[in-house]
Amino acid sequence: MKWIDYATPHSVREAVDVLSEAGGRARVMAGGTDLLVALRAGVYDIDLVVDGKNIPELNEITYDPTNGLTLGAAVACYKIYGNQAVATAYPGLIDAASLIGGTQIQGRASLGGNLCNATPSADSIPPMIALNGTANIAGPNGNRQVAIEDFCTGVRQNALGSDEILVSLHFPAPVANSGANYIRFIPRNEMDIAVAGAGVSVVLDNGDIKEARVSLASVAPTPLFVQEAGDAIAGKPANDETVRIASGIARDAARPITDMRGTIEFRQHLCEVLTRRALNTAIERAKENN
Amino acid sequence: MPGKTYVQTNINGEHVDFLCEPRQSLLECLRDVIGLTGTKEGCNDGNCGACTVEMDGRIVTSCLVLGVEVEGKEITTIEGIADGSTLHPIQQSFLENAALQCGICTPGFIVASKSLLDQNPDPTEHEIRFWLANNLCRCTGYDKIIRAVQDAAVKMQEA
Amino acid sequence: MATTRDYEPNVVLSNQDYNVVGTRPLRPDGADKVTGRALYGADFAAAGLLSGSVLRSPHAHARIKSIDTSKAEALDGVRAVVTSADFPQGGEGPVLWQRDNVLASDKALYRGHAIAAVAAASPHIAEEAVSLIDVDYEVLTPVTDVQSSMKGDAPILHDSLMTDELGEKADKASNIASHFQHVKGDVKAGFKEADVVIEREFTTKTVHQGYIEPQAATALWNNDGRLHIWCSTQGSFAARDACARILDIPVSQIRVVPLEIGGGFGGKIDVYLEPVAALLSKKTGTPVKLVMSRADVLQGTGPTPGSYAKIKIGAKKDGTITAAHAYLAMEAGAYPGSPVGAGAMCVLAPYDLENALVDGYDVVVNKPKTAAYRAPGAPNAAFAGEQVIDEVAKAIGMDPIDFRMKNAAKEGTRQVHGPTFPRVGYEEVLEAMKSHPHYNAPLDGPNQGRGVAVGFWFNIGFDSACNIAVNADGTVTLQEGSTDIGGTRASIAMQAAEVLTLPYEKVRPTVVDTDTIGFTAVTGGSRTTFATGWAAYEAAQDVRTKMIDRAAQIWEVDADTVELEDAVFKSKSDPELSMTFAELAGQLGRSGGGITGTAAVSPSGVGGAFAGNIVDVEVDPETGKTEILRFTVVQDAGKAIHPSYVEGQMQGGAVQGIGWALNEEYYMSDSGTMDNVSLLDYRMPTSLDLPMIDTVIVEVANPGHPYGVRGVGEAPIIPPTPAIANAIENAIGTRLFALPMNPAAVAKAVMDK
Repeated sequence: MKWIDYATPHSVREAVDVLSEAGGRARVMAGGTDLLVALRAGVYDIDLVVDGKNIPELNEITYDPTNGLTLGAAVACYKIYGNQAVATAYPGLIDAASLIGGTQIQGRASLGGNLCNATPSADSIPPMIALNGTANIAGPNGNRQVAIEDFCTGVRQNALGSDEILVSLHFPAPVANSGANYIRFIPRNEMDIAVAGAGVSVVLDNGDIKEARVSLASVAPTPLFVQEAGDAIAGKPANDETVRIASGIARDAARPITDMRGTIEFRQHLCEVLTRRALNTAIERAKENN
Repeated sequence: MPGKTYVQTNINGEHVDFLCEPRQSLLECLRDVIGLTGTKEGCNDGNCGACTVEMDGRIVTSCLVLGVEVEGKEITTIEGIADGSTLHPIQQSFLENAALQCGICTPGFIVASKSLLDQNPDPTEHEIRFWLANNLCRCTGYDKIIRAVQDAAVKMQEA
Repeated sequence: MATTRDYEPNVVLSNQDYNVVGTRPLRPDGADKVTGRALYGADFAAAGLLSGSVLRSPHAHARIKSIDTSKAEALDGVRAVVTSADFPQGGEGPVLWQRDNVLASDKALYRGHAIAAVAAASPHIAEEAVSLIDVDYEVLTPVTDVQSSMKGDAPILHDSLMTDELGEKADKASNIASHFQHVKGDVKAGFKEADVVIEREFTTKTVHQGYIEPQAATALWNNDGRLHIWCSTQGSFAARDACARILDIPVSQIRVVPLEIGGGFGGKIDVYLEPVAALLSKKTGTPVKLVMSRADVLQGTGPTPGSYAKIKIGAKKDGTITAAHAYLAMEAGAYPGSPVGAGAMCVLAPYDLENALVDGYDVVVNKPKTAAYRAPGAPNAAFAGEQVIDEVAKAIGMDPIDFRMKNAAKEGTRQVHGPTFPRVGYEEVLEAMKSHPHYNAPLDGPNQGRGVAVGFWFNIGFDSACNIAVNADGTVTLQEGSTDIGGTRASIAMQAAEVLTLPYEKVRPTVVDTDTIGFTAVTGGSRTTFATGWAAYEAAQDVRTKMIDRAAQIWEVDADTVELEDAVFKSKSDPELSMTFAELAGQLGRSGGGITGTAAVSPSGVGGAFAGNIVDVEVDPETGKTEILRFTVVQDAGKAIHPSYVEGQMQGGAVQGIGWALNEEYYMSDSGTMDNVSLLDYRMPTSLDLPMIDTVIVEVANPGHPYGVRGVGEAPIIPPTPAIANAIENAIGTRLFALPMNPAAVAKAVMDK
């Protein structure tokens, strides 16, 4: 690796100052499981790594049934699924947190880092979109929020300015009769990058789908929020026929490429399969959650 | 000429201090700076688990941790698993079950397995395989490794 | 997903009981390996050590017009830079290609081909320096698969390479290095007699041995002119001799000290880093260590070939195979020398055939020079042959094991390439498969299927040496030169212990360097327990004879009246005369001096090994994902010296075969780049991808070895790919003809049905 300097700010203010001073030649590190690999491969040309793990707000996990969940950007996956209250309230997030990499990776990798890394295959982003998540960003001009579905702007490109830092993610409190699920397809049983992934959420009302959100991984330059899939099934009965309407729209919305992890045809096909299976699971979870 | 960083940390229960460049991983620091070569490099990108250490109670791949990050942390490497001259039950079980052939992945597996049994003393076969999926072995096909972990779990519960 | 269930216990169908042989003691190097104390190649340290890094070609095929190392040399911390110009020039034959592979001279022949190397004060500086070396390449069109490379219009790799066509040299440059044939009987007539004839084509992709430890070597070219090398290697003498040829210095000038080795499977027999480290050390006057990155390993060391095969088999309705024709074309990589010859020896070996023809083609392509990978060539051929066998059996309505039994090779069967089989255990393996609970268990779900397949590997002998010295406390030290990848220190010591009637713990084996033991061939070819074990057996016999003579001398009786049993020397004539091995050992000094034994062997009684697999799979038809539900390996080991380590070979080889079957491949772009050059996307099985691997060790003693040993290391990797293909066919009703049978391929096969 070429030479880098290392800074470890202890407050959001300090982090923003360091980033501003670095003039675009710095990146924030949380778990480092993406960043260090990318630095060694020469993907980023920077001079400074800013460690976010000593900033209290980036380590926060606060949940209550009214205000929802505030998840610090640097909180490692194992802390998320190890938190009983969060795990019970947000199984859709846990699906992703317990799948990313393997045990050791989950000892370091964070959902905030996964989001900022902004690769199309990120496992945590579709469920975060499905759960209506928001990104809390701090910069020299103050704080702002960005809907997670708007956070990734291209492959490894995100909405942050070079002097901004992702502080935390916020998820609304789960409502009764709601369920969410993330599943992905990988060739092995662990460790792989998703060939395709589907993160979905549903809210049921008397056996009908009141609302639904569908988001896909690995089939476009950014994680894809397929709003039309969820809109098309709102108000319809929660059954197989309805689910297949949504999964068909998801397949048609996918814009995958052919690369070493999958072909266009295979990925399109998987979008339908995964969306369908994820919706079925989300509906089951919603039925159990009243 | 940019300078090195002075780091103070705790490795295997002992206070350890060292100098390193920020770009040096914890794995490099352990092996090349501190001289603890028991932790191995297999891929340098988190995919094989041969560099597994325990850091503040969780297993991590040390190739993806920077040396400068471990200031004030508690690290356990393979060199810290045995109790003086007495092997840990997991180490003994690996030997008795012939759970190593070339042995290069063994330190990573032992650290990872110990972490599992510390948290889940009676894991199912599936739980063991899931926990250890980040550790690759090319020699054994995993069969005897899984059996060694099961065997150690039984012995540790009996103790 | 693997679930908790009851597994069948591993079985040893023992042919004879011994005192030590056949037991399961702890390996002597175990404490070091479970505590992290054992030193592997990259762990070596020495005063003044410099770190090296290698520049590798980004192009799969290019002429090297010039190399400018000036900027690298000027970087602070860099102490030396070398290119192929630093090698001795001249010489002829294979050494030129070996040298060229280590550092390219006029052409880069694959992406990853080593071009230059740097020694510097730290690995990071060395890496930075490498990026400052300017190479002027004339990029050429690459060819990266065997079928394209055999065509007349393929870009030529070597202007001087002309096809050896059935023994005659052609007169124009080609990528086909050779074509050979084995002929038995008359296949044309044989096919006419058949009621069923099936002919199929198959392709396989390049796969890597996947050892977890990257190559590592340290060299010190000392001030006295002697070159010392510390490395991870499967053969210290092979490494020594290769370096001697490449560097053009006498073998006596080189000492290779083998460190512990983190897996090899054939891939650590050839040298890559050692001569480069030597050149750097010569320039710097200090030790220089080179360690490969994982990308270097995948791109710069020898994988096993991608291949094309066409298999045609004809059989009568009663199950007799009347003819078989195997056409095998294998990629050699950048220089000639694929394992197609070995594949040709094994593909039809399980079958007693009156009429058989094998065509083998060795073809160069712009990929790394292939190296041995566990039974090299045979898995590629078996993926093809064992599927056609399966199809023929189905076509005539015969159980696949019965079909193989009907045509089983046995003692006296003449193989297609000439030799007749001595006593082999193939029928016993088939019987054990047929009667195993796995074969008779019902499948319990849709999209599940069961498949079987078999394989043969001939194993090798070659040279091994062993020295034994008796200690005054009744223990013995044993020196041998076979690096220990899989527990062979134990199996070798056990054979010596058996001869000396000592408990295993009394034998202290050490793996020593090339200055300390006689020539010993590689740890590979499934030879170590067989041949080095034999050397230990002979050295122990030497000690035993000398100890008996000494006891006889002390008792003043004839040596032939003294016997050794259960570690006690006794006189056959006088029951008063008795002493333990330890007691005699304690008297050696004052009765004439210490006792040592020695042996150097090259045993010819090699016994081949047959292996069979039974595998159950479940396929998700929507995603093409194949789950291995159950896997049983049956293999004839002759005699399992240490059954746990024999089981380990069977299980490990099976899992490599599973990875090869389902996911592993070099995903090559059109420019000849391996896109998936990391362990993230070069997908080897994880623990979560597998169930336990149940084993049955059959023991049909090899009459050519004192304990009946047959090599065991390689046969296990041969049957898995066809067994899984046969199982998938049974699960989804469609056969797959290309490896890997990854989810996309299986899903497509389901959809195309």
